[in-house]
Amino acid sequence: MSNTDHNHIEVGHAVPIKFLTAICCLLLFLTAVTVWVSRYDFNEINIAEMGIIMALFVATVKATIVGLYFMHLRWDRPFIGFIFIGSILFVVLFISLALTDTMEYQPEIIPGDTPAVTAAMDKLKESR
Amino acid sequence: MITTEAKHDNLSMSDNYLNHTKGIKSWLFTLDHKRIGMMYLICILLAFLLGGIFAMLIRFHLLTPDGALMTQDQYNQAFTVHGAVMVFLVIIPAVPAALGNFVLPIMLGAKDVAFPRLNLFSWWLWILGLVFFLISLGTGGVDTGWTFYTPYSIDKASSMGGVIPALIGAFVLGFSSIFTGMNFIVTIHRLRPVGMTWFRMPLFLWGTYATAIIQVLATPVIGITLLLLIVERSFGIGIFDPALGGDPVLYQHFFWFYSHPAVYIMILPAMGIVSELIAVHSHRHIFGYKFIAYSSIAIAMFGFLVWGHHMFTSGQSQLVNIIFSLITFSVSIPSAIKVFNWLATLYKGSISLNTPMLYGLSFIFIFGIGGLTGLYCATLNTDVHLHDSYFIVAHFHYVMMGSALIGFIGGIHHWWPKMTGKMYNEAWGRFACVLVFVGFNVTFFTQFMMGSRGMPRRYATYQPEFQTYHVISTIGSTIMALGFVITAIYLLHSVFKGKKAPRNPWGGRSLEWQCSSPPPWDNFAEQPEVGDCYDFSVLVWNEEEQGYDWRKDAVHPGE
Repeated sequence: MSNTDHNHIEVGHAVPIKFLTAICCLLLFLTAVTVWVSRYDFNEINIAEMGIIMALFVATVKATIVGLYFMHLRWDRPFIGFIFIGSILFVVLFISLALTDTMEYQPEIIPGDTPAVTAAMDKLKESR
Repeated sequence: MITTEAKHDNLSMSDNYLNHTKGIKSWLFTLDHKRIGMMYLICILLAFLLGGIFAMLIRFHLLTPDGALMTQDQYNQAFTVHGAVMVFLVIIPAVPAALGNFVLPIMLGAKDVAFPRLNLFSWWLWILGLVFFLISLGTGGVDTGWTFYTPYSIDKASSMGGVIPALIGAFVLGFSSIFTGMNFIVTIHRLRPVGMTWFRMPLFLWGTYATAIIQVLATPVIGITLLLLIVERSFGIGIFDPALGGDPVLYQHFFWFYSHPAVYIMILPAMGIVSELIAVHSHRHIFGYKFIAYSSIAIAMFGFLVWGHHMFTSGQSQLVNIIFSLITFSVSIPSAIKVFNWLATLYKGSISLNTPMLYGLSFIFIFGIGGLTGLYCATLNTDVHLHDSYFIVAHFHYVMMGSALIGFIGGIHHWWPKMTGKMYNEAWGRFACVLVFVGFNVTFFTQFMMGSRGMPRRYATYQPEFQTYHVISTIGSTIMALGFVITAIYLLHSVFKGKKAPRNPWGGRSLEWQCSSPPPWDNFAEQPEVGDCYDFSVLVWNEEEQGYDWRKDAVHPGE
């Protein structure tokens, strides 16, 4: 059972609407940051894949905020948090084995793009 | 204390869950788990009939090497619909949703599941899923196989037009499954009565609990996978399409990450049923209770680690092939533990060879073969030869149909007196069971033989050297179908003309046998007393009741 507000033991903990709205605005702001990161040219910083690193970092922050506040983990028993982390472990299990497979069969892939991919990439370059 | 049983016996004379309220709306919008379970049972059996019709079409088509009945496109549709209906509409929801919904709360000692409205919503989602599958049949059909493998399933020019409705149907059915699993987990955690500790729960509840964990953890993955497939087919994003730089093997990873745990959703509750059947009908305490309980959890956990064994010949890398092959061998161990414990339970038991017991024994025999043939599939070098052959078809039919479905039917027979308040004809029950058993083995053992000799699966035509095997397999399927038809007839007959069932016809000790047959609307007027649900020494046959009752000198739990 979730932790209760001591003043209203029979009701249970209710998060104020204003607080939830503030969290929502924060998440929207972070979404805007993600969009900005996707368009910014990081060549000056000279770190490879900086855009992806930034985007994943922002996504992790957002997921943490959603878990803590929207999913009420901030006020729940630690056991509930362990269950949530347990489900993340299943994601890690799947992604790690699928990515391992992808990396391992790279040497067997015939190099070069298919005609459809080449055409799509050419079209993208022209639009930029 | 006997007062609880006497009250409910009195109640059963005039008021039970079947007649408590009247009218079709009182069923379609019921919150009673027993009525929801009964509606699931009827719908699932009708879906089984639909899938079975397609199975018979396939078998009769394959009587001749050039195909006796259908065009190749129609054949592709037939095996796709057969597979999709049987997997998504029948075998995944069968035991948890039909029998689990009815039995679990009563067996636990609760009045209902934790979320009755969610339970009803799960049933309506099942109906919606069925509607989408029927729409897919009418909008061009589906010919991709029930696995919807890419790139064929995303190729709108080649594959048939009903793919997206079928995908939506499977997506909706996934949610039905998730909500049922969530409901059962909360019910078992929070609604156990005083005295019902974890290790006093009947093993059917352990099996259902382990199943519920898998349903909640794994099913969202197939939901996302099907959504990705719908988006890919509709908009050509390039996730799975190799022509656009996507990875078709990634689809298989996504698909089997759910679908392998799904086979444990099918088998685990059936194994729970078998634990009940073997113990009750041999009137002997289950051997190795804790081993069987823990093995259910172990199977649930291990089942998440082995999905790649469906992909050994897909282009998956060598390293990952080896990892999955190794872990797959280990997943057979908890299943074997169960089989050994069941056999040890039978040893020196007072075995009643009635219909539920015959189904339980059939399960052990068939699952033994199905499980052992899985080892040939798990071995990399033999699987290269056997993959996509009839050997695989036979293997999964032995475990999914011969084991999970047989367990389901055994459970139906075991709890039929409780659910309907009527006894079926035992002689016809045994006869039909023998027909199903013999027919099943003739159908599918033959397929092991032709598969190992090179007969590929999902082929509408074949080399003449395999015709004898196909003819024998079709004869077997006809015998099996006859067995199912006879089963349907005597069960339906019992509803209208069957003898009234006593409270405890088989001598069970779990709590559902302490209320009347059929149960009253609210299951228990007073909280039931929980004892050892496998201690049958306290029961004795009552000739007047034609059922089991407490021995006069027996000590009741709580006294």
